[in-house]
Amino acid sequence: MSSQNINVALIGNPNTGKTSVFNQLTGLNQQVGNYPGITVEKKIGFCKLTSNINADILDLPGTYSLNACSMDENLVIELMLNKKDKLFPDVVVVVSDVENLKRNLLLFTQIKDLEIPTILVINMADRMKYKGISLDIPYLETQLKTKIALISTRKNYGINELKDLIINYESLSVEPCLNASSIDEDYFNNLRKAFPNQLLYKLWLVITQDVNFQNLERKEVKNSFTKSHSDLKRLQQKETIKRYQFINDVLKKGLEINSKLAKDFGGKLDRVLTHKVWGYVIFFAILFVIFQAIFDWSKIPMDWIDSTFATLSNFASNSLPKGVMTNLISQGIIPGVGGILIFIPQIAFLFLFISILEESGYMSRVVFLMDKIMRKFGLSGKSVVPLISGTACAIPAIMATRNIENWKERLITILVTPFTTCSARLPVYAIIIALIIPDNPVFGVLNLQGLTLMFLYLLGFGMALFAAYILNKILKIDSKSFFVVEMPHYKLPMFKNVAINVIEKTKSFIFGAGKIILAISVVLWFLASYGLGDNFKNADQIIAARIENQSISKSDLSNKIAAFKLENSYIGIMGKTIEPAIAPLGYDWKIGVAIISSFAAREVFVGTLATIYSVGSSANNSTIKNKMGAEINPVTKNKIFNFATGISLLLFYAFAMQCASTLAITKKETNSWKWPLGQLVFMSGLAYLVALIAFQILK
Amino acid sequence: MKTTINSLKKGDKAVIKSFDVDVIPLKLLEMGCLPGNLVELLQIAPFGDPLYLNINGSHLAIRIETANEIEVEIIKN
Repeated sequence: MSSQNINVALIGNPNTGKTSVFNQLTGLNQQVGNYPGITVEKKIGFCKLTSNINADILDLPGTYSLNACSMDENLVIELMLNKKDKLFPDVVVVVSDVENLKRNLLLFTQIKDLEIPTILVINMADRMKYKGISLDIPYLETQLKTKIALISTRKNYGINELKDLIINYESLSVEPCLNASSIDEDYFNNLRKAFPNQLLYKLWLVITQDVNFQNLERKEVKNSFTKSHSDLKRLQQKETIKRYQFINDVLKKGLEINSKLAKDFGGKLDRVLTHKVWGYVIFFAILFVIFQAIFDWSKIPMDWIDSTFATLSNFASNSLPKGVMTNLISQGIIPGVGGILIFIPQIAFLFLFISILEESGYMSRVVFLMDKIMRKFGLSGKSVVPLISGTACAIPAIMATRNIENWKERLITILVTPFTTCSARLPVYAIIIALIIPDNPVFGVLNLQGLTLMFLYLLGFGMALFAAYILNKILKIDSKSFFVVEMPHYKLPMFKNVAINVIEKTKSFIFGAGKIILAISVVLWFLASYGLGDNFKNADQIIAARIENQSISKSDLSNKIAAFKLENSYIGIMGKTIEPAIAPLGYDWKIGVAIISSFAAREVFVGTLATIYSVGSSANNSTIKNKMGAEINPVTKNKIFNFATGISLLLFYAFAMQCASTLAITKKETNSWKWPLGQLVFMSGLAYLVALIAFQILK
Repeated sequence: MKTTINSLKKGDKAVIKSFDVDVIPLKLLEMGCLPGNLVELLQIAPFGDPLYLNINGSHLAIRIETANEIEVEIIKN
């Protein structure tokens, strides 16, 4: 029997539970990638409908209408207009929320105008009783010329009916449900005459939207039917009014709300959560819990991962046959992989909290609470989400700025987000703090190391705000300020959605960053194990000659040889070359090597030191921290990682722009090299300066 | 002085009368901010801005500068 494959596209307003429907249909059969050339997330899932009918389900970015104003929304339109695209849907499923049906139907009527088979999902049906809503489904189906699946992803019903509708998609009507062209008869008649073979609504979208459109000479359409921006907008308003008139008429008979039965729990919650005192108290309490989880709760699994890899590395070097390959595995690859996996607990915690806050609808209240304050710094209330996400990783954070409507506010948010302490800085901070700050209790409950870490986070946020304030004064960009944010009703986060989100995000971070870190670890190991010139080749003899008349133990001798080899290896030469530039900051050539190698990704810092010290010492089974703590300056006999150097390093890493991926994403999102280069020069210059001042004062 | 959404007090309801299409973002129109539709002021943010509204059944927040552009007629209770 031949099997059939159906392309299904899920479309819907944000906050309609579209992703819940997607998760219900596909379970864990999901693939998350990027659309070619752009950074919009592409989610495709797989669903077996019957024994021989399969569906590829595409979860499109949430959009309020087919009038796009962001990259994510552009993508929806491009796909819907391009029949040749291999993702082009056989059937579109428009997901709506029963409590916002009126607004959600606007997008539905637009999709219907494209004459593609369309199913309407009315989600969150379990809320109907609570809100006193009743629906006349047969009437709505006739008026909207579609089939409706009334479902509740929370209470888990209706999904099978939806699957049946998808299987029978060919019987769906492709007739539009209203005649939108009546808003300007003459104009649309002319358009129809000029392009008789094209869909009228498609032409209209081509004229009004800034999207790629194949099979049609876009210039031709634009030139002969162009109108002033203002006239077009007037027509779009008329179109919107027309659509709402139709929707209102349909819902007048098809939807009934008994307001006596409706409960307004959300309103009460809003009065507390957006209260002028309690609102902020609750917000900061939540932030505190998040940071507590990241710093404190994740410590246990992280220590466990760290020591496991130290043991593993030791085990590998002892049990595998001696040779180059064994060294590569035990000193390059295993510490490298460990350096990646150690991130998992913290990243998972962060994404867990962020997805709970977003799922519950609370994030919009934070935007509402913070807008006025953030605007003083040239930011928007919506900048709060990127700044918080930035504590996980600047890359998704910068992508999250897309919903900021005002270009200047958005640009400033993009530019300052890398100042927030991302999880890649965390291992650097953690190890340096552990080395230089005593593990003492403060006021009984707090801990000095924890406080230092918290101070560094606050420093990151503070610097982001300060830089935003300066940029707001300097940048002369005149862009219309407008701000619309939907306040979705409160929902209890669904476990499945949160879990899938945390797994996906953590996975993509670990694999994305992991590839780079692993590659760099291997290259580093090579550079540290080989060298140029006679010094490297004849290390044994040189050291032996130096200590000729002293009696030292065998292990001391081999340590001295290894250290001398490292100093004369390729990486040692590189570190020595930049030593004069970093000596005023209190760093030796080994730290210099770590800074060079972490230029593309700061988390490499710890891995590099791990690799360097693994190569340079025979005590393989001790952890990285112990090795670094024991490091002594051969000239002054002082510890390398003393207080002044430690503080200087912490400040350097707090400010320096050391992340090639962030620069790449800034380039993509701002469409210019000017801004990422500005970030690089300004942030790294600041880092050098601050670290220099700190070391010179403290030494 | 014309009555705008900004003139509403917390809990006031009004009908949207008119606005200049050029200064109101299309997205706001699509969310239901259209002449003839009902608007209710639900909350005012702590420092007086933005405003949390129920427009035509949609819950959304806009800034005062936008609210100032939307003329309304207050419904007496």
